[in-house]
Amino acid sequence: MTAVGTSVDTARLLTFFGEEGRTTLPLHLEAYGPLPAPAQWAPGWAEHLMAEIERSGLTGRGGAGFPAHRKLRSARSAGPGTVLIVNAMEGEPASAKDRALWQRSPHLVLDGAELVAGVLRAEKVVVCVADDREPVAGLIAAALAERRPRGPPLAPVEVALLPGRFVAGEESALVRAVAGGTGIPAFRPDKSVPLRVGRRRALVHNVETLAHVALIARYGADWFREVGDPAAPGTCLVTVSGDVQRPGVLEVEVGTPLGHIIDRAGPSGPAQAVLVGGYAGGWVSSTDWATPFAPAQLKTLGATMGAGVLVVLGAGGCGIRETARLARFMAAESAGQCGPCLFGLPSIADDLEQLADGRADGVVWERLWRRVALVDGRGACRHPDGVARLVRSAMDVFAGDAAAHGQGFPCPASNAPSVLQLAAPVAPGKKDMYCI
Amino acid sequence: MKLVLNPAACDGFGFCSEIVPELIGMDEWGFPVVPAGPVPAHLGPAARQAVNCCPRRALQLQPEVRAG
Repeated sequence: MTAVGTSVDTARLLTFFGEEGRTTLPLHLEAYGPLPAPAQWAPGWAEHLMAEIERSGLTGRGGAGFPAHRKLRSARSAGPGTVLIVNAMEGEPASAKDRALWQRSPHLVLDGAELVAGVLRAEKVVVCVADDREPVAGLIAAALAERRPRGPPLAPVEVALLPGRFVAGEESALVRAVAGGTGIPAFRPDKSVPLRVGRRRALVHNVETLAHVALIARYGADWFREVGDPAAPGTCLVTVSGDVQRPGVLEVEVGTPLGHIIDRAGPSGPAQAVLVGGYAGGWVSSTDWATPFAPAQLKTLGATMGAGVLVVLGAGGCGIRETARLARFMAAESAGQCGPCLFGLPSIADDLEQLADGRADGVVWERLWRRVALVDGRGACRHPDGVARLVRSAMDVFAGDAAAHGQGFPCPASNAPSVLQLAAPVAPGKKDMYCI
Repeated sequence: MKLVLNPAACDGFGFCSEIVPELIGMDEWGFPVVPAGPVPAHLGPAARQAVNCCPRRALQLQPEVRAG
């Protein structure tokens, strides 16, 4: 067992990371060995694999962090014919881990997808890629072509190019898009009601989760648990960007202190905070960098692992300005179907911009807090909740700056270049009622 | 019973808030703020009327189910 932090030695998913080019099937087989054929475990192989996944403690790596085995068991108990949806939408602008996996370990993801399809006796597998990420679809197609001579897979695999936007990767939005509808989130008061593509039950898994499944199937739960946090075992992929010298995707043990991960990416200078989880994540001050990157410990700071995003903000940046930019981006990325999100997020962005400009008086300050509370939990999906979390964490971590801005003293850094990569906002699919 | 609002269906007509202002508030953007807790017994009939008057069928009265 390696010590937490020496994660270079614990690379499992990104074995060939650092080399040029794609991991071909022969290279993949050389590195990981053949996938255990389901026949080897017959007749109870599916039960065996689900038990191993349960014992491994694997949780979904897409953001929600739900135990992988529970989703599997529930879907399997519904009988054959499920549509397995592989979520490779990666709508989080600061995340590159899905792309990294398709580049470095496409066969690990496809192994995992095939295994899960086998467990579910799935009708088919649909790999969903955002239409602005066509090179990724090419990588997947190349990997699928390499696998074809081995004979038919456990379930046919399709690649679907779907309109890419922030909310498109949300589970219900994705299922709707696969079913031929508009990829916007559905209102689901009871999350235990399964999602469906037509009459078929749908199960959505993130690409990284499936890659871990492929490894657990090969090496077992005990091996998986050898690294990571006891409460959250294994490794995870993290995309580090912002004020670092080597932005990119790293594989770390879950539970690696934030500071260690950031050090691996080489901070460009003294840092003041890091945005953890994603653009709807939480800011964490550099004074908390000993905090392990693990769900329970991040929760104490109001953050989550999310999609494994870390955006480092250097001492020369302005947290208030960056938060205003994030809020504006998130407002533009609203699906536009729920009033509090459609109107509330732009209002919050307005208030934050005034604060960043040093034009916010007490009225604006109070209004911002009221609006944040007013959007929280009032959407069909959790898009507005994420913005509420982001703003609250910013007001906490940048409390001193916020007070100075509020008194009319914007920091010199408020016009500094952004550490964020904000994709051009897509025009929201507003309901006809709001079209002007 | 409790009120459940489908925010994606709601278009902010506001009839519900006019019918039971004691229960359903209105935010600054004109969308109803529905309490998460149980509907007090004496407001039950009014809440039912609010549900029935929603042009978008966005509001529902549901029995409270203990999660478990």
